[in-house]
Order: sequence, then C-alpha cells, then structure tokens
Amino acid sequence: MQVLAIALVVASGTALLVMALTTIQALQETTAAYYERARFAEIFAQAKRAPERLLRDITSIPDVANAESRVVHGAILDIRDFNEPVIGQFISLPEYGPQLHNMLVLRSGRLPTAGAEYEVVVNEPFADAHGLVAGDHFDAVLGSQKRTLRIVGTALSPEFVYAIAPGGLMPDDRRFGLVWMGRERLAAALDMKQSFNSVTLTLLRGADPREIIARLDTLLFPYGGTGAYAREDQISNWFLQSEIRQQINMSRIMPTIFLAVAAFLTNMVMARLIQTERREIGLLKAFGYSDWAIGWHYAKMVLVIASIGVLLGWGTGAVLGHWNTSLYANFYRFPFLLYRPGPQAFLTSAAISLAAALAGSLAVVIRVIRLPPAAAMAPPSPPAYGRASAAFDVLDEPTRIIMRRLIRWPLRAGLTTLGLAMSVAVLVLALQWMDAINHLARTVFETAQHQDATVAFSDFRPAGAEINFRYLPSVLATEPYRNVAAQLSNGHRVERQGIVGLPEDARLSPIYDNVGTIVRPRKDGLVMSTKLAELLHVQVGETARIQILEGARPTLDLPVVQTFETYIGTPVYMEIEALNRLMRDGRVISGVHVSLDDATQTELLTRLKELPGITAILFRKAAMDMFFATMGETIVIFIGFFVTFAVILSFGVSYNSIRIALSERSRELATLAVLGFSGWEISYILLGEIGLLAIAAIPLGCLIGYLLSWYMASAFATELYRVPLMVEAATYGQASIITAATVIACAALVRRRLDRLDLIGVLKTRE
Amino acid sequence: MAQFPSAKVTAICVGGGRTASSELVALGAERWLTMAHERSVALSARDLTKTYNTGATEVRALNHVDLDLYQGELVVLLGPSGSGKSTLLNILGGLDKPTAGEVLFRDHDLTKASDRELNLYRRDHVGFVFQFYNLIPSLTARENVALVTEIAPNPMSPSDALNLVGLHDRQNHFPAQLSGGEQQRVAIARAIAKRPDLLFCDEPTGALDSKTGILVLDAILRINREMGTTTALITHNAGIADVANRVIFFADGRIVNIKVNETQRSTSELAW
Repeated sequence: MQVLAIALVVASGTALLVMALTTIQALQETTAAYYERARFAEIFAQAKRAPERLLRDITSIPDVANAESRVVHGAILDIRDFNEPVIGQFISLPEYGPQLHNMLVLRSGRLPTAGAEYEVVVNEPFADAHGLVAGDHFDAVLGSQKRTLRIVGTALSPEFVYAIAPGGLMPDDRRFGLVWMGRERLAAALDMKQSFNSVTLTLLRGADPREIIARLDTLLFPYGGTGAYAREDQISNWFLQSEIRQQINMSRIMPTIFLAVAAFLTNMVMARLIQTERREIGLLKAFGYSDWAIGWHYAKMVLVIASIGVLLGWGTGAVLGHWNTSLYANFYRFPFLLYRPGPQAFLTSAAISLAAALAGSLAVVIRVIRLPPAAAMAPPSPPAYGRASAAFDVLDEPTRIIMRRLIRWPLRAGLTTLGLAMSVAVLVLALQWMDAINHLARTVFETAQHQDATVAFSDFRPAGAEINFRYLPSVLATEPYRNVAAQLSNGHRVERQGIVGLPEDARLSPIYDNVGTIVRPRKDGLVMSTKLAELLHVQVGETARIQILEGARPTLDLPVVQTFETYIGTPVYMEIEALNRLMRDGRVISGVHVSLDDATQTELLTRLKELPGITAILFRKAAMDMFFATMGETIVIFIGFFVTFAVILSFGVSYNSIRIALSERSRELATLAVLGFSGWEISYILLGEIGLLAIAAIPLGCLIGYLLSWYMASAFATELYRVPLMVEAATYGQASIITAATVIACAALVRRRLDRLDLIGVLKTRE
Repeated sequence: MAQFPSAKVTAICVGGGRTASSELVALGAERWLTMAHERSVALSARDLTKTYNTGATEVRALNHVDLDLYQGELVVLLGPSGSGKSTLLNILGGLDKPTAGEVLFRDHDLTKASDRELNLYRRDHVGFVFQFYNLIPSLTARENVALVTEIAPNPMSPSDALNLVGLHDRQNHFPAQLSGGEQQRVAIARAIAKRPDLLFCDEPTGALDSKTGILVLDAILRINREMGTTTALITHNAGIADVANRVIFFADGRIVNIKVNETQRSTSELAW
C-alpha cells in the first residue's frame, strides 16, 4: 500500500510530464508538417486596394521567394435555418493554377472551377456546424448585392488553424465562416478587378523578415497598406504558438511539484525501512558486505518502486497526451494530427522521475552505510525530547505527545505539511482557473459592455448612418464608434494598434477600467490601456507618436492623458469627434453598437442579413455563451484530472506519514490500549499529528496556490489577453475540503489497522 | 458505563480447581482456608482453556485452569517458558480472551465482555507492568503517570505515585534520561496511580540486574502492602517467590502446585 502510494505519486508526476512533453511534441510536429506541406506564408500584408502590377515589385524585393496577391473581404452570410447573420471571410483563390501559399487542404468535394458562377469552398468546421455539404447553397451580401453561393467543397487552411472572427475571443464555427472563391468572381463582385488588398510572401532561407516588411510597407503605403507582419504575429499562428508555450510552462511546474513530493515520500519510507532493518544492515556489514553493495540494495528497492510509478505514468501519460492533443484538435483545426510520441518524452520523464526518487532516498542510504557495523547492530539511541515551552503545561497528555513529536522532528513535520499544502495548492491552481475565466468573461461581456450587438461597416460612413440603425426594428439605442488603423511608437518601440473613437458619454460600450470605473474618452489625448503603455514605455503625460495607416496617413504626436486596466487586447481610445478632426474625414463612423429589445429580434436579424456594406455583426450574448460553453467543457475535464492528481498527492503524503507513524509507534499505541485508552483516544494520538499538519497545510497550501496562480497568470499574460488573478473564497474552501477529505479517508484506512493491533505481541518485544 | 460496580464483592469462594484443591491439602489446608475465609475473592477463573492454532498443530497454552485471587494478596506465578503463566495473566488482565472457561470480576464474566468493556475494565480496575517498560518516550516521568490519572475515576496524584516508587525527584525526566530500574519504577507508578483493584506484573525484573530488581520489587511490595492491591507477579526467578503470600507453579498449561508461604520474606532476605 505504501509502495503503491509512492508509485502513484511518481506516476502522477511522470504522467503529467509525458502528457505535456508528448502534447508539445505532437503540436510542434503537426504544426511544422502542416505549415510545410501547405506552404504557410511567412509575411502577410493588407492594403486598401493595390494594383496587380505592384506584385512584380513585391516579388523583386531581395530575399522574397515568391509573393501571392489576393482579395480578402468580410461580408455577412445568410445561412438557411440559422436566423442570426453569420460573419463570412471571403478569400480569393487563384483563377488558374494552384495556390502559392496557404494551400487549402480539401476535406470533401473539389475546388471551384475556373470561371464557374459563384462556386465556393467553405472551411470544414463551419460546414459541420451548419450541416452543410457540397451542393448546398447559402446567401451572402457581396458588394451591394445579395448573391447565392454554391458549396462545392470543404477545406482547412493553415492560415486558420485557430479561426476566430475579427473582434472575437474564441472560435465560433456557427457564427464565423471562411469562404474561398475564384478570384475573378470575387473581384468582380467587389469591384477589385486587376487589384488586390492582401498579399502573402514566402522568403528565401535565412532572410531577415524585418527588412522585407519595411520594404513591403513602403511599396504598399500609397495603396492604403496597413502594415505588414511576420508569421509570428499572424493571429491563428500566434494563438497556436502561445498554446505551445503554455504547455511548456505547464510541463515545468506541475511535474516538478509531484516529483518533489515523490522524493520526499521515498525519503520518508526508506528512512523507516532502514530504521527497522538497521540490525540486518549491521550484520551484513559485519559479514563483510561493502557499503556500496548495501547502498545498491536499497537503491534498487527505490528504483523498483519508482519504476512501477514510471510505468504507470507512461501508460497514463500516453493516454492523457493523446487525449490532450485531440482536445486541442477541437480548437486548432489540423487536417492531420501527428501524435507519434517518440522515445524522448518517455526517456526524459523516466530519467527525471527515477532521479527524483533516488535523490529522495540518497541521504538516508548514505547515513546508514556510514554507520560502523557495531553501532548499526545496536538499537538506535532513543530520541531525545525536550520539555519545550511552559505553554505545553496547559495541554493534556495525549496532545502533549503530539506536540512533542512535531517539535522533535520539525523537518519531517514541515515536509509533510508542505506535501499536503502542495495538494491544496494544485487544487487551488486548478479550481481558480474557473474563477479567473468566469471573472474575465463576466467583466468583459457583462460589466464592461452593455450593447447587444456591434455592427462593423466595411468602410467608414457619415455619422448620419447611425440614424438608419436607430430605426431598425427592435433597436432601442445606438452608439457610434470609429476605428482608425494606426501604428503607435515611442522611440524604437513600435506597436500596431487601431485607435477607437467613442463619444464622450459612451454608455453601451464604454471604456471600462478593471478597478470598476468607467473612463471617459478625451479630446485632448489618448486614453491608453496599461498593457499598451507598458509595451510602449509611455506614462501619463508623455507623448506617443502615431502613424495613421489610412486616409491621408498623418503622423501625429499625442499625449497619453489617462491609462486604464483591461483583460483583452491593448486598446487605445480617443473622443470620436476629436479623432475625426485629426483624420480630416469629417464626421464619420466605422460602425455602431446597438441595444435591442429581446422580443422582436427575429425581424431585425432578417433585416441585418440583407444590409450591404457590413463586414461583421457580433452579438454579445452569443459570444459569452460560446465562451462559457467552450471553456466549460474543457475546464471541467481539465479540473477533473487535476483533482485526481491532487488527491493522489495528499493520499500519498498522508497515507505514508500515518502508516509510518503507526509502525514507529505501535508499542506506544499498544501501551495506551493496555492502559485502557479507547480506540478513539488512541486514534487521536496517532492521527492528531497528521490532522494538525493538515490544518497547518491548508492556509499554507492556499498561499502557495495563490502564488502558483499568480505565476501562471503572469506567465500566460499576453498582448491578446490577460487572465486575471482571481481566487474566490469558495475555491480555497473546495481545495481545503478535498484535501481534508483525502486525509480523513487515509486516517480511516489506518484506523482499521489500529483495531487489529496485537497488544501482547508488541509489548513483549524488546524496544 | 457502570459495567463493573464499585461495590465490594462479598461472596466467598472456597477452594480452587481440581488441581489446586488437591495440592492444597498437602500444603497446610487449614491455614489457607482461614485466610480464604477472611478475605473476599478479587478475581476468579474457572476452567480456563486457551488454544492457539498454528497451522496444522494445535497448541494448548492453558488447560482447564481454575484460580482465585484474593483481595490484597500477592501471588507469584512460577514456571518454565511456555507453561501458560503469561497467557493466564493476559486473560485475567483483559488483554486476551480464553477459548473456553470464565473469568469472574464482581459478577461480570470477562470472557463475555466486548472489546469496549474490556477496555473499561483495564482502564478502571487493572494495572500492568511488563518486562519492557513501555513508557511513552515523548512524555516525562510525571506526564507518563498523568496519562493514566487523567482518565481514571479515582486516581492519586502523579507526584504521589512517583513518591511511592521513590522517584519524586526524577519526575521531570524523560524515559531516555532514566536508568532501566527507574523506568520500570515509573511504569509501576503509572500502573498503580489509578488505584487499581488488580496489579499484574509480567517479569517486571526480567531485564534488570539484581540490585535494581530489588528496588523494583520493593516498590511492588510496598504498593501491595500499603494500598492492599491484589497483585499477581510472573517471574522466572524462584528466589523471588518467598516474598509472596502464595506461589503458583505452572507447567504445560496447568497449575501443578500451590504453595502458601507462612511468612512473607522481605526483599533484603532474598537470594537473587
């Protein structure tokens, strides 16, 4: 049982390590293979409208392998049997010949034939979400007309492994679809003949992307270029790489906790075993066995226990790794999954686990082989207790026994407490994830925003356009906003970040500071998120340089007048009229936030599907529901197995420490039974110790859990989102209860042995 | 839990088992009968049998043993290893149960008592001293005694108990700081602090040299004399037998002889 308890803890550590390593390996290999086969581009750029001949100039930039132009356009789709408007992203396919970059991997059907009337390929998850197959039709507002498109195939693209709608937080395959269409038809519908608005590049080996990005920007500048970016900043790839980084982070923290505890447990159990076998060790040494031979004997024992754990861990880890990887496949759409766990993950995990177990027992083994044979054969000198403080005088004798033992072996008590605390900490870490995600979503979707939907125009419109929306059915209120593509800089620090213009009294989608206040947009300068201010190294009162990437492309110097804290992105705001004045575009808006009357939405939804010039409609409630549904599923499973591991941890620690206490103290406990102490009173003396340590472990574990959560939150903080450090009181409570329950279960298990204690046998043997 | 009423038992039980009564005649029955009439029975065992099954063979540790212990007497049990002395003492002390027979303590049959009732019997009425002292290493001498006085209904103070065994000035020492004899005397103090009705000592001097052994024996005699505690003492050392009121000889799970000492010798007269 004790062996099993240690083996399980080793197994947990090994399993977590194997899982993390194989997942990382699988994700990295799959990504690399997919990108390679599908010729995923290395540089991406958008412009408003560039003439096709510019492509030759782009291709002749030194170190560019080849360049491909295309037309990309956002439009609203009308899918039959789905009453909400769907955001569609149209991407042109070369009319003749294969794609140079970002090649589609067909999953069903075929590619559109050259010149065919409105044939399209849609992304597979979207087709699956709506039950669409080749031959089905749907409508889309392209240009100013509603057109019917025919699906001829479904596909996956390396560009959209993680497919999120503009402004979305998570993939929503029902409300966001990718539509690939022949270049000629798409260009004709959008009045983009002989022009392009998107270009992708691959580079020669060893090329410096920064140089090429700079040259590309210069070329696209006159055509409304909004700034080129490298593959690492491509949104889908960014999410994918950040996921891999999180896994790497996880692979360092969690297994370390488990293996450290495993080391402590082997130490504890081996120390006890060697204590009971002292005489035999002395005898063997007297017979002439070398220290090395005896040390190796015990090392083998540790290796056997750890090996059981490693084998268990390998099996569990491989299963979990595969499961984890396929879980990723739900969010990250690959046409194939390379889960080929190599020997490396297994060998690494085995080596680390065995080393941890050996390291744990090393000190004990060395101590015993150093003993001269005669000393080893004699019983160990009894432990010296101290009377310690006078405070003990108020305690009853059983409590005094507990306290004296704790004080006599403070290290062991400390490590036991730490082990149990780690179990609480792992639980807090796992459970707080739910709190943090909840808090993030509630803040973003409920506290900060009050609009029911946000409509984005494909190009800015006069401010009067807002009125048109106000009179749509079921619209209660509207609020305009303006987006301006820009690049902000301070010295050599440069960030691409659109500036959002809002009315001063914005209520539907105001600037929300996480401290719980609304910040007003200002006419005299920028209201900047702290994350952006941090990236740019600017403070309130300092000036940032702004290169506007649209219209007349002015370069401005604007002061940062206020900062605010937010979880999502790195936004920066200004009062809308002031922003318009700077842009010299007159009073224009990029879209409107609307609040709706629930009752009559169906009519509105139907109308929205018909409106031209709209690239996206985001529904706040749908986004929130999607967020919770997706996170909910994953998190419940994630928390489930972390709870299992944490329970194994506290089981390993508490069972071993109680079991060892029982074997060390059987004489003492038998004496108490002979003296007439009842089973409960004896249990108190035996189990009170672990109980006390568990009580001490709970606040400590909560603290460590908080620190781990803080570390995780800061390690995972990115420009796109920052998971708040938020641990609810109930989370501490749950973590404590789970750990306490495990300790109590172990205690009950050992308590049964106590009832079978052989009083006479124990008392008649020499100490 | 008034399983064992504290009212003194007045029933007088004459005679032992078959073996005992036959031996008795040879050993001065009259004197013994007088004593038996004067004193009430503290504990009485009837037809006790204990067998152990060790695989194929059956070992009979006690074979139809009858015995009465009288109030305040000091009985020494003598006999070779494996003759059944310890088994008998363990059964009388409520640490073990016989295969057959009964043990009567104040109208209660211990053989029919539950573990819980046996526990209370040990707690309130019995004191044990073993060859190995079995002190709690993390408690001082005084605290080891206090362990018992805290749960006993009518205890003496730990200091008084340690006084009785002559260890008053060592009461704040931990077991590891005491000699073997001192530890055994702490064990005796712990056993008698509750003012037990019965004191069972299983080779209390077995691990001690003669000088220390005599100190320990003195303590036991003093308690028997001053507190009137019924005491049964197992020993290998026939020399010790002279301090007893009665000496009971064991062999092969039976009582083979009972000797009544006309005069109890003092420890100073013992040939160790």
